[in-house]
Amino acid sequence: MSAPETNAAGTTGADAAVPAVRMREVNKAFGDNVVLDQLHLDVDPGERVVIIGPSGSGKTTILRVIMTLERPDSGTIEVGGRHLYHERKGDELKPASEKHIRQVRANVGMVFQHFNLFPHLSALENIALAPIKAQGRSKDDANQTALELLDKVGLREHANHTPGQLSGGQKQRVAIARSLATEPEVMLFDEVTSALDPELVGDVLEVLRDIAEEGKTTMMLVTHEMGFAREVADRLVMFDSGRIIEEGRPREILADPQHERTQSFLKAVLAH
Amino acid sequence: MDGLLLTPGQYASLWIGVQITVQLLLWSFALGVVLSLVFGLMRLSENRFARGFALCYVELFRGISSIVLLFWFAFALPILLDIGQPSRVVMAVLALGANMGGYGAEIVRGAILSVPKGQHEATTALNLSGFHRVRHVILPQALPVILPPFGNLTIEILKGTALVSLVGLRDLAFSAEILRTARTQMEVPIGVPELFINVLVIYFVLAQIISFTFRLFERLVNARYRQRTGRRAVDVSGGAAAPATAPGDATGGT
Ligand SMILES: Nc1ncnc2c1ncn2[C@@H]1O[C@H](COP(=O)(O)OP(=O)(O)O)[C@@H](O)[C@H]1O
Ligand SMILES: [Mg+2]
Repeated sequence: MSAPETNAAGTTGADAAVPAVRMREVNKAFGDNVVLDQLHLDVDPGERVVIIGPSGSGKTTILRVIMTLERPDSGTIEVGGRHLYHERKGDELKPASEKHIRQVRANVGMVFQHFNLFPHLSALENIALAPIKAQGRSKDDANQTALELLDKVGLREHANHTPGQLSGGQKQRVAIARSLATEPEVMLFDEVTSALDPELVGDVLEVLRDIAEEGKTTMMLVTHEMGFAREVADRLVMFDSGRIIEEGRPREILADPQHERTQSFLKAVLAH
Repeated sequence: MDGLLLTPGQYASLWIGVQITVQLLLWSFALGVVLSLVFGLMRLSENRFARGFALCYVELFRGISSIVLLFWFAFALPILLDIGQPSRVVMAVLALGANMGGYGAEIVRGAILSVPKGQHEATTALNLSGFHRVRHVILPQALPVILPPFGNLTIEILKGTALVSLVGLRDLAFSAEILRTARTQMEVPIGVPELFINVLVIYFVLAQIISFTFRLFERLVNARYRQRTGRRAVDVSGGAAAPATAPGDATGGT
């Protein structure tokens, strides 16, 4: 599988040779259950990749190993040209220290299906926490940015509300703002609209579209929203049993899937 | 002896004991809280040795009765370590605090495990350091689970302080005992039942103060999960340094 022909947005042309994410021979199994099988995946800076596939095929696990929530059994992952789980000592790759992992991880952010907002903090505090505590920014500065981000997701008037006072769609928009606050180069979105009532999905997709249009953030999204994928994604990746079985431009894959598993999967999803 | 009240002089004598008891309680509590947090977190450490060490501590100090611990710290350790005769108060605090830490560590561990996995994962995704995770995300959510059993534990410590009379410390129980043995030589003789009814009431009041303090603290902590008060909302917006919109936001929070 080669790198995609499309180099999205072109905003970071200088870095085009260095993929934002580079996964090589990544394996992950839970007991006998092989979830990632020699996975090989490159994502360009600024590219928007949508990952689709049947439930249990390992889509979430791809994102989780990039976020370091799950350690791969073997293989390498690079973020912005730097190894995530390894450190180069001379010519050799050695397992990385926690400190190294933390440095590289600073370039990655993730939005979860179930939001995982901090229930004891207000929307504003949720967003400002990491900039203040992990990045050492001043409280005023971080709060200012948090308010701007709340503006961006249309929730400024909810700055002082706790997650318990927000609807699902509002929570997810706060969670996206929280993730944006540290300005990660790579953002991972794991079925961020799946837990929402249908009428709230639109607002969240709107926010994702805005981030995509700005074009500076590399986005990896797992979603079943095919209309959104067609519109926003540079590349669609079909995943099955721990492997990529088909990938390419969304329009082409959605119109004319080659692989028989892709055909049956799309038929099932689009039937909804 | 008609009434239940003692003479001022007798109360003064008990008061000396109360001061020792309260002092022991506060220091043991402080030490116990620190040990509970340290070993509770260590029990969940990714480091196998830290985990093993914490488990040993918990099993040791939970498993030994406080009175035996007290004798160890007060009598055996100073000889073993050849440190002369350290302050009995310090040694009693060490024994009682270590005892509380043994139980408290397990409470802290359980409470941290009760915080949903997604909360831990969010702190990783935000790249917070270990300290900030615990301090700003995990502990605040574990606190409502920790507080009620810690209230009980603190009352246990209060009861445990009565044992220090056995290593010669003049706490409340010991002061009562002094009055009892000296009762016949006093100007105003003192009845044994009256004396111990007074002691009982004092211990009861101390325990109630502990209960009340913990209940108050629980209420404050739980209030953070409910709707924000107007005052707090103003604080947040005020800190946001956005003068143009802050007042509007403040009312939005109430
Ligand atoms: N922590 C875990 N322990 C054991 N099995 C797991 C764990 N996480 C995921 N799995 C298994 O790995 C497989 C892939 O899961 P996942 O990546 O969540 O798939 P998807 O997101 O495509 O539905 C599933 O069979 C799931 O049961
Ligand atoms: Mg999933």
